[in-house]
Amino acid sequence: MSFPQKPETKKLVYLDHAATTYMDARVQAEMLPFFSDHFANPSGLYAIGRDANGALNDARRKIAEMLHALPDSIIFTSGGTESDNLALFGVARKHAKKGKHIITSAFEHHAVLHSCEALEKEGFEVTYLKPDEHGFITPKQVHEALRDDTILVSIMYANNEVGTVEPIADIGRELLKWRKEHATPYPYFHTDACQAAGALDLDVEKLHVDLMTINGGKIYGPKGVGILYKARNISLQPIMYGGSQESNVRAGTENIAGIVGFAKALELSQESKDMENKRLIELRNYFWDKLQEKIPKIRLNGPSLGDEQMRLPNNLNVSILDVEGEALLLYLDEYGIVCSTGSACTSLSLDPSHVLLAMGLPYEYAHGSLRFTLGHTTTKEDIDYVMTYLPAIVERLREISPVNLQYDPKANTHAQYHQR
Amino acid sequence: MTTQATPKTNSDEAKIRDNQGGTWLYSNTVKEHFFNPRNILKAGEEAQYESYSKGRVGSPACGDEMVLWLKIDPETEKIIDCKWQTFGCGSAIASTSMLSVMLLENGGMTIDAALKIKPQDIMRRLEGLPNRKIHCSVLGDKALQAAINDWFRITGKHDRVITQGAKVIDPILHITDHDIEEVVLEGAKTLEEVQKKLKVGVASPESIPEIEQLIRFYSEKYYGGE
Ligand code: FES
Repeated sequence: MSFPQKPETKKLVYLDHAATTYMDARVQAEMLPFFSDHFANPSGLYAIGRDANGALNDARRKIAEMLHALPDSIIFTSGGTESDNLALFGVARKHAKKGKHIITSAFEHHAVLHSCEALEKEGFEVTYLKPDEHGFITPKQVHEALRDDTILVSIMYANNEVGTVEPIADIGRELLKWRKEHATPYPYFHTDACQAAGALDLDVEKLHVDLMTINGGKIYGPKGVGILYKARNISLQPIMYGGSQESNVRAGTENIAGIVGFAKALELSQESKDMENKRLIELRNYFWDKLQEKIPKIRLNGPSLGDEQMRLPNNLNVSILDVEGEALLLYLDEYGIVCSTGSACTSLSLDPSHVLLAMGLPYEYAHGSLRFTLGHTTTKEDIDYVMTYLPAIVERLREISPVNLQYDPKANTHAQYHQR
Repeated sequence: MTTQATPKTNSDEAKIRDNQGGTWLYSNTVKEHFFNPRNILKAGEEAQYESYSKGRVGSPACGDEMVLWLKIDPETEKIIDCKWQTFGCGSAIASTSMLSVMLLENGGMTIDAALKIKPQDIMRRLEGLPNRKIHCSVLGDKALQAAINDWFRITGKHDRVITQGAKVIDPILHITDHDIEEVVLEGAKTLEEVQKKLKVGVASPESIPEIEQLIRFYSEKYYGGE
């Protein structure tokens, strides 16, 4: 196969929205005045301080409404990682007297997993639930892991690599039942909703969660700002000490511009999510059809391409056998196509993606995995552009590969889990 | 949608971000060999290619694989042709490509000279590889050794076969100097890191001094200067 010519002007096809998103221009416009015009510290008692405080409270109220929560249950943080850390360390250290057992899943984001590992060193016991081959954790699994000393369950709302949407509401209900039967407020239920926030319903009442992490950098908002939703009755041990901001749970002068931008970004993405989900699902499915048609020995990783209750609308994760992901990535980058891989070669530790391995994928499959995550700017032309180059790239890399794996078409049958 | 895309940098060098947040750079020579690999044997055409010997190695570090074919003149013991296939990252592909060029230039290297090629030599010709990618060039080096050994066997020169006698360092856990070499290549630098990867030394504390010495040896060999 001769190699398709490079386009004259280099195009950028950004298909890594799960890594981070560009900022929506409307969010930026909302933020700008807060850098130099309304710069005051909201703790200041003078008029401009009160104005800043007003903006802070407006943002807090707006976000709370979207989550169906009370304004004082929103804690502003520096992003998803801090919110996850605050939820885990905050609950564990504060409630250690009630129990030292935590339940999570083996394929959480590292912000959760590495926090859990650190807590194990502090004497906590952690159960890591193994997802099934499509990435689902079931309420039954959680139930079976529950113990009298379980103080916290932390399960992500949607997985960042394969897009599996976890049955959070069902798990929440399971936990409510357990608490009632055992006449205890424990365990608390935390969910990392960073990936889900742009596509799914965030009503904490319906989800039955006590703690929820969201960040700005994945919803076309600013990076470096996020929230932890925390139900009113839960007390947390702070992880940083200083001023009395955020009800004494999170010290430090508030990042007003970021907070205002975050609120706007969340509002915009929640408003447009139904339409955008529909558009992205169509595009994503079109992409998968084309990939299957043009590239032999390709496998879909994660759940089947159903609706947004099953898999994030923008996520497509595939394994292309006999080729290595980093090499693919570098080739694609030459053509301005940006995506990510779970290959061992790209990781510092030379371990393949912990997510794909936790789902029971063999090493060879993780090696040739590519994750495409679509977003606001993605068009059908972008997908067609990818399809002019990707099959040729795969063919070239297969030509120089000594590996020739057996391919089982059954690998592409996918189970489903539907949230009630 | 009123959104703006992020601007793209114009750098020629390939900047790659790993899935744990770090970045590294590939030199232009690495890129050149990666995008235009030399002396490859296309998959499916192996049967038509008559070589004298073949070496196949896998990297225990990241699970990648490499095959190298050699045609050697029995009179002069010069390598007159060389072909390869690699399943691996950009540096693995570029390293093998560069190795094949080195073997064939100036009318072909003698096998004695070829056996003296060190991973550092390949890396120098590539204008460097990032630390974490050194093990990829080691893979090419090992495939070459395996292919030459194969030739020694085929031609009955059994006395010249280079056996890398693995030395058992920890008798209880059966850990050899090779194991330590591998984890150093995977990035372990201290006794603690090596122990974590291998669980070595826990069973027999007497072996710790020797392990430490090997860590120094291999770190020096792969990361320290020439
Ligand atoms: S071959 Fe895997 S990192 Fe280079």
